[in-house]
Amino acid sequence: MNKIFEVPMYAYSRSPDQDSETPIRRPVVVIGAGPIGLGAAIDLAQQDVPVVVLDDNDKVSFGSRAVCYAKRPLEILDRLGCGQPMVDKGVEWSIGKVFFDERKIFEFDLLPEDGHERPAFINLQQYYFEEYLVNRVTELQAEGKQIEIRGKNKVSAIGAHDNHATLEIDTPEGPYNLEAEWLIACDGARSPTRQMMGLDFVGRVFEDNFLIADVIMEADFPTERWFWFDPPFNKGQSALLHKQPDNVWRIDLQLGWDIDKEEEKKPENVIPRLKAMLGEDVEFELEWVSIYTFQCRRMEKFRHGRVLFAGDSAHQVSPFGARGANSGLQDTDNLAWKLKLVIDGKAPEALLDSYSQERVHGAEENILNSSRSTDFITPKSDMSRILRDAVLDLAETHDFARPLVNAGRLSVPCTYDGSALNMADALDGPECTRPGSPCPDVKLGDDFLLRQLGGEFTLLTIDADAPDLIEEDGIEVTRLALSAKEDTTGALKARYLGDEPSAVYLIRPDQHVAARRPSFDENLFRAAIRRATGKE
Amino acid sequence: MSDLNLQPNIPGADDFYAGLLAAHDGLSKEDSDALNARLLLVLANHIGDRAVLDNAIAVAKASA
Ligand SMILES: Cc1cc2nc3c(=O)[nH]c(=O)nc-3n(C[C@H](O)[C@H](O)[C@H](O)COP(=O)(O)OP(=O)(O)OC[C@H]3O[C@@H](n4cnc5c(N)ncnc54)[C@H](O)[C@@H]3O)c2cc1C
Repeated sequence: MNKIFEVPMYAYSRSPDQDSETPIRRPVVVIGAGPIGLGAAIDLAQQDVPVVVLDDNDKVSFGSRAVCYAKRPLEILDRLGCGQPMVDKGVEWSIGKVFFDERKIFEFDLLPEDGHERPAFINLQQYYFEEYLVNRVTELQAEGKQIEIRGKNKVSAIGAHDNHATLEIDTPEGPYNLEAEWLIACDGARSPTRQMMGLDFVGRVFEDNFLIADVIMEADFPTERWFWFDPPFNKGQSALLHKQPDNVWRIDLQLGWDIDKEEEKKPENVIPRLKAMLGEDVEFELEWVSIYTFQCRRMEKFRHGRVLFAGDSAHQVSPFGARGANSGLQDTDNLAWKLKLVIDGKAPEALLDSYSQERVHGAEENILNSSRSTDFITPKSDMSRILRDAVLDLAETHDFARPLVNAGRLSVPCTYDGSALNMADALDGPECTRPGSPCPDVKLGDDFLLRQLGGEFTLLTIDADAPDLIEEDGIEVTRLALSAKEDTTGALKARYLGDEPSAVYLIRPDQHVAARRPSFDENLFRAAIRRATGKE
Repeated sequence: MSDLNLQPNIPGADDFYAGLLAAHDGLSKEDSDALNARLLLVLANHIGDRAVLDNAIAVAKASA
């Protein structure tokens, strides 16, 4: 049987745009049908923005790259209409074990708080992740939404202009030109768009190589994240074992810097390494093997006039912490509603600068966390190794040292502290819902808060009065009225009120808090809406 | 505000110092380095105050 990543999912077919005498101008063109480009396109199409996705390939990710998806991206995928198939297929996990040499030194539980619809993490092959996104595109097409993916459409030149961008595209039937009012570059870490525009991408390369192997085996390892420092089967290096659906297991083996990548990738060299780890008698089949050098870097800004960068094209992190695809989806979550408002003339173009500011802030946080994990896993000097090993030795018997063990700080969404779109915090409420925060979920009877918030501006009132609808300069904000008294779990109070008796929140379409106060005040909330849409 | 104490603070300083040396007795350079690192982490955790720790790092760096 062919693997899903060997089958063309959006085979090339000729577009009428290729036969036009003069280039057709499209409202939005997305370059790249990876997870982020597809996420961006679905988000926009759901909001009735016509969108064309160009990809130089016609298949989903070859082999699985990303495997761990965090709660926040799953919530975003719910809004995009495809969270459920991911969760159904994915493997849920929350236990992690850390080994040093031959000993298990401790284990941790990501202990999800109660009252969240989605688990802390699922593991799922990136090719399934992309397949479900492509399925969602097909569904939207059936509903009449204007969204298309053009396979084997390779962008070969880009011209950036004040109010549009021009594209030269190579296809199996020759080149054609296209124009875009807005261009979203989701063309991956090597982003040809970024290179063609001569833009920077600065950061650190970690001088190390990792063998990433996905093996198919019937094994009775539990569904847990196992991480080894300096294991007997990979002396002086690290290793990771993690379960994916269909009995596929992800194995990462650190190899060091001075290696011959082509040699190491050969099955005759990979298989003995895996046998040393899994045991001589374990039967397995290799699904995919690759060798990576990890980098942490980002663009200085993610908006360049009419060209917007999202996902790996804008920022790249080492995979410890699973922050790549997870943060890329938070980019498009931040971008799509802003672009929609700008296209509809309901917000100034400057609102898109806040996309860059907020997501640069997110990228910085992710780069900081991934760099620190990588520094712990791959000590850069004798002393950093001595300190690292001291932490690991102590962690086996002493709780205090465990928080210092860093085998990846797993992806959590960032809070846009200090964003120009936020109002100053006017509620003496919980930290986790201060302005800029992503809204934490709460179970509401048979439903969940995040589902009720949806993807529009919302005025969330908790035991407070307010009008059911406010319209401010074209922006409609509908009220969601809740009462902490009806919430027997206490989570609404704990997450949104703290010690305050009531609260009113202005929540953005990406479910981040823009403003909060103890009660409704029309002038202040109108000002908050203007601020959250870049109007002051 | 908790300050880093840079005044003499260890009663029986000579005994403490002897104990520190004794702990390293017979250890290879590698094992001694590891011991120092563990000791440092135990003490740092006991102090626990980030401002004091940052100060201590700065003082140690400036004294070379
Ligand atoms: C080993 C490994 C493990 C990882 N694990 C995780 C994890 O557990 N969790 C996580 O969140 N992330 C993880 N990541 C990161 C994740 O894979 C990436 O962040 C994610 O794929 C980025 O998606 P993207 O859409 O931005 O770019 P890509 O997936 O790289 O997609 C870019 C697309 O652009 C297309 N393209 C490129 N050039 C052109 C052109 N000129 N014209 C047209 N199309 C073009 C490409 O064909 C491709 O389809 C991991 C990465 C690696 C390598």
